[in-house]
Amino acid sequence: MNFLYAAYAATWIIHITYLGILVRRYQRLNKEIEELRKR
Amino acid sequence: MTDGMKMKRVFPILGLLTAVLLSYALYEALVAAPTEQTMGNVQRIFYYHVPSAWTAFLLFFINFVCSIQYLVRSNPVADKVTNWTVIAIGIAACVAAFVIRPLPEGMEPSSVATTGLAIVGLYFLIKKFFSPERTDALAVVSAEVGVVFCTVVLVTGPLWARPVWGIWWTWDVRLTSTLVLWLIYISYLMLRRFSTSGQTPVLAAALAIFGALDVPLVYFSIWIFRTQHPQPVIGGGGSIDPRMLRVLLINWLAFLCFAALVCWSRYRLEILQRDVEETQALEALLEPRSSR
Repeated sequence: MNFLYAAYAATWIIHITYLGILVRRYQRLNKEIEELRKR
Repeated sequence: MTDGMKMKRVFPILGLLTAVLLSYALYEALVAAPTEQTMGNVQRIFYYHVPSAWTAFLLFFINFVCSIQYLVRSNPVADKVTNWTVIAIGIAACVAAFVIRPLPEGMEPSSVATTGLAIVGLYFLIKKFFSPERTDALAVVSAEVGVVFCTVVLVTGPLWARPVWGIWWTWDVRLTSTLVLWLIYISYLMLRRFSTSGQTPVLAAALAIFGALDVPLVYFSIWIFRTQHPQPVIGGGGSIDPRMLRVLLINWLAFLCFAALVCWSRYRLEILQRDVEETQALEALLEPRSSR
């Protein structure tokens, strides 16, 4: 059972990590857009 | 209301529906699916491992189609030749499915015909809705999300293998070719990330075409070579309990919806990023004049 739960948990950790990376990229890009607007 | 605003409103609804579908698929996989007699509960890893692999293959195939289109659409003759080649592949697949007897191991008439039609459909759908520049963006997106799903396959596989085979990993053809596939697309993403050359999209497209050739090798390796990996459970003479098949397909549908949403978000990010880079480049060009 441990291996089963580990596999399911690992799957969602990988997906959530990737979603987190996407959110960070969005935030960085929004900052750049704000800077461009200020100029 | 613009298309972008409509999309912004639709996105949370689709996100919620996907979350519900994923939760239902999880319940089906952990609770409703029957327990396999020899492996026990650890077999349930299959409901995440296999749909993730199929989704990764589909995304790498989209990357392959986008890469071809990016290369050929700048040349009208090459574009026409490719269009007719794709149509010929579709017709050949449909004819071969019902004429050639017996088909090579691992192929069933219905799956060969469906694959042929899907190739034609996907090729012309992408062509209709995406400009050459946008196909390049879609290629990056599909490769990146495909790598995420392929990572899931490479992590869940050993977690299943340890209790069933007694080892985490073996250098068997199916496992090794999947690892090579993952490495090819990692190198593709690194090329896109770190190369500053104007030729990067062309080089990446060429690499993606060679990378995609590994996908059929991974898929058919269990029929062509003697491997430790379990034999296919559907198609090619495999058999599976209909209740397990139902759970497998529900999970695949859930992962497909999830992958579509992630690709959509990543695609919007990619387009936005390109717009920002373009604006910054224009600004850099104009700066010396304004400072004079």
